Amino acid sequence: MTSGDDVVRVRQLVRSKAQSIRLSLVDQTKLVTAASELARNTLVHGGSGSARIEVVQRGGRSGIRAVFSDTGPGIADLDLALTPGWTSGGGLGLGLSGAKRLVDEFDIDTEVGRGTSVAITKWSR
Amino acid sequence: MAENDGQQLLELLLADEQALLDQWLRAASAHLQGRTAAAELERAFRDLLSALSKAVTSGGLDLDHEAYGEVRALLSELSRDRARRGFTPSETAVSVFCLKDALFELATRTGRSAEVLIVSSRWVDALGLLTFDSYVRAREEVIAEQSEQLMELSTPVVKLWEGVVAVPLIGTLDSARTQIVMEKLLQTLVDTGSEHAIIDITGVPAVDTEVAQHLLKTVVAARLMGAQCTISGIRPQIAQTIVALGIEFGDIPTKANLADALLHALRGSGVEVVRRRGEGRR
Amino acid sequence: MTQQVPVLRLGDALLVSIQVDLQDDDVLALQEELAERIVSTGARGVIIDISAVDIVDSFIGRMFSSIAALSRVLDAETVVVGMRPAVAITLVELGLSLEGVRTALDLEKGRAILDRLIAERRPAHDLDYLDDDADYVPLDDPAGERARPDPSRR
Repeated sequence: MTSGDDVVRVRQLVRSKAQSIRLSLVDQTKLVTAASELARNTLVHGGSGSARIEVVQRGGRSGIRAVFSDTGPGIADLDLALTPGWTSGGGLGLGLSGAKRLVDEFDIDTEVGRGTSVAITKWSR
Repeated sequence: MAENDGQQLLELLLADEQALLDQWLRAASAHLQGRTAAAELERAFRDLLSALSKAVTSGGLDLDHEAYGEVRALLSELSRDRARRGFTPSETAVSVFCLKDALFELATRTGRSAEVLIVSSRWVDALGLLTFDSYVRAREEVIAEQSEQLMELSTPVVKLWEGVVAVPLIGTLDSARTQIVMEKLLQTLVDTGSEHAIIDITGVPAVDTEVAQHLLKTVVAARLMGAQCTISGIRPQIAQTIVALGIEFGDIPTKANLADALLHALRGSGVEVVRRRGEGRR
Repeated sequence: MTQQVPVLRLGDALLVSIQVDLQDDDVLALQEELAERIVSTGARGVIIDISAVDIVDSFIGRMFSSIAALSRVLDAETVVVGMRPAVAITLVELGLSLEGVRTALDLEKGRAILDRLIAERRPAHDLDYLDDDADYVPLDDPAGERARPDPSRR
């Protein structure tokens, strides 16, 4: 991902994958919104990065897993970054904290100077 | 006795498929008392036998071996079919256990050793348990489907007035049901162009934090869409819960009962309800 | 690739109907264009129709709040219409309250809200319900000859 167009492409890709495992409309919307927030974060903070979207299975349930990685500056204070309303830039501070609330699983891996990788998963009901 | 002997003997037994099949069918039919068509049963057992003999040949006696994939599929298909048709789990498993009778009889007739009996007995027991497991799984699926249908039935969104819709909730609310009801309510607002929604929880004995949160979120979501949402019929116990849990109901309009909520909604849409002069009790 | 969102006139209001998946730059461009158009057309209101929009994330949500605040400074009101239920539920979960943004179920109801808001904002001497005999004298017409209607016409 290098530009705003790619964020739109990620949204569309996540949407079509979510439809393929028949996530409910509300769950689809939550997942795509979370992906949109994280894809934008990747671009804004990492400069550029990559997104990987895949269908996953566990215990008879299907899910969509999306991983956003960048090689940007990383996050120094993770707790602070996950606080709703706290923002490093001009945003609303809902990117990370909001995305976390919208999905079933949320894992973040970050190292200052190395980059950040965020993985989210949403399971079908 | 080595596993290998057992395997070889079983292979032998399975080699005489027709004799075994006849024995098995006879034993199983006695238990089923005509509840399954003979031809149907024969087809199912024939498929199962040929799958079993293939599985034993390449996978031995270990039911977890990948060679048993087809056997598993056939058994779960059989169990699912039986579960849907109202057979009990033991009625279902006994069909598989009858294979033991057939094997024993054939072994005795052909003069095989007693050790074969032990091995084949253990093997058929394992198959029976597999059947039992798939039966339970199939039943769970049936129950899940039914509760989903029940959920659809139990959550009607009704129109009370032009522009006013209500959802009377009855029974215990869990998180999943609340979510479904709320989505349905919001969609009805769009479909009918209603600007007022009433969630009546007179019939709800108790709510937990999660359910209370869902109710609140629905009210806020309705507001985002440009509609007003009132909650009516909050029981004293639920009011206690809400206060005790520290849930912020904020400026969410609440009314004592559905009638008050309707009046509130009507006033909000500019309708005034008056009693004609000289009529009524007052 | 940027997407142009058409801004239409609807009486004394501007109508924006978002039909495509907007990227952030398009959103900012739309915000700028709206500000310019409010001033150049003297519009009293803005209606943003999002009935075709399947997701609203924090960036787009912020645009609604910004446009509402901006239009208020320029003496106009903003109404967002047609938000889908799934979008509303997601926004609540996301924690976005769209502060200062008015919403309506559909275009027609949005137009009605706008009319009411515009009427409320009208300066006092435009009000037509003032009593003929009111003790009220316009500053630029102390004799009251121009403002006072002919009682025989009522």
